[in-house]
Amino acid sequence: MPLESYLILSALLFTIGVVGVLIRRNAIIIFMCIELMLNAANLAFVAISRSLGEASGQVFVIFVMAVAAAEVAIGLAIIVSVFKHRQTINVDEVNSLKG
Amino acid sequence: MNPEQILFILFGAVSLIGAIAVISFRHPIYSALSLIVTFFAQAGLFVLLGAHFVAAVQIIVYAGAIMVLFLFVIMLLNLGTLSAKGAISGKLKGFAVILGILLAIEGVYIAVKAINDPAVASAETATESVNTTTYTIGELLFNEYLLPFEVTSLILLAALIGVIVLVKRESQAENEVQ
Repeated sequence: MPLESYLILSALLFTIGVVGVLIRRNAIIIFMCIELMLNAANLAFVAISRSLGEASGQVFVIFVMAVAAAEVAIGLAIIVSVFKHRQTINVDEVNSLKG
Repeated sequence: MNPEQILFILFGAVSLIGAIAVISFRHPIYSALSLIVTFFAQAGLFVLLGAHFVAAVQIIVYAGAIMVLFLFVIMLLNLGTLSAKGAISGKLKGFAVILGILLAIEGVYIAVKAINDPAVASAETATESVNTTTYTIGELLFNEYLLPFEVTSLILLAALIGVIVLVKRESQAENEVQ
């Protein structure tokens, strides 16, 4: 398959992630959409790595995965503590920092 | 159509449908399970691209570790009953979808444009046949990218300490209340 089709698929997956962040108000689903966006970027990395015949792109994917794992651990810990204080994870109701 | 094209269309369609399911299901558990489907389809795409090691890591780390964490938190918080109004109102939703369509057009335009760039095109024809193996990745990771690799370990350590602090401070606060 040409590089083009992989990049288009990656762009579409990224867009679905962005739309998910915009339309959903559940913090956990927003987190999942961020994972979707990171995965779309990974797909573009691997596709371009293949077409350039270089493995560097795949090394970056491994770094992205490590950062995503750290991010999920911290984010879910924050969600759990927000839920314990507020009894909700709806991001519209968690607005104490709003000016 | 050759088998590679059929597999690409299959995995691509499954990952797109899974991604749409993630943002449209009301219940977070269904979203998480759809996300796992998307991750598996993307692992298939990685195999098609010849990135076998990345595909294995995708399944072990993403579909395994990260999604188990998600499911664990959803079940721990028992979110199914609370998430009745998970989405925003109709007008804002339409606006968000229009913005998304615009972003998709933009992304596809950039993807098509990038291919017609002469630098990328020449590189593509020059080294199409080079295959990347786990050996090559390991060699790159521990030579050229050794410093980022070590920094990654610091990030993981910081995440570990951060999570412990978040949970610990909370239990102290609870003790003070009692």
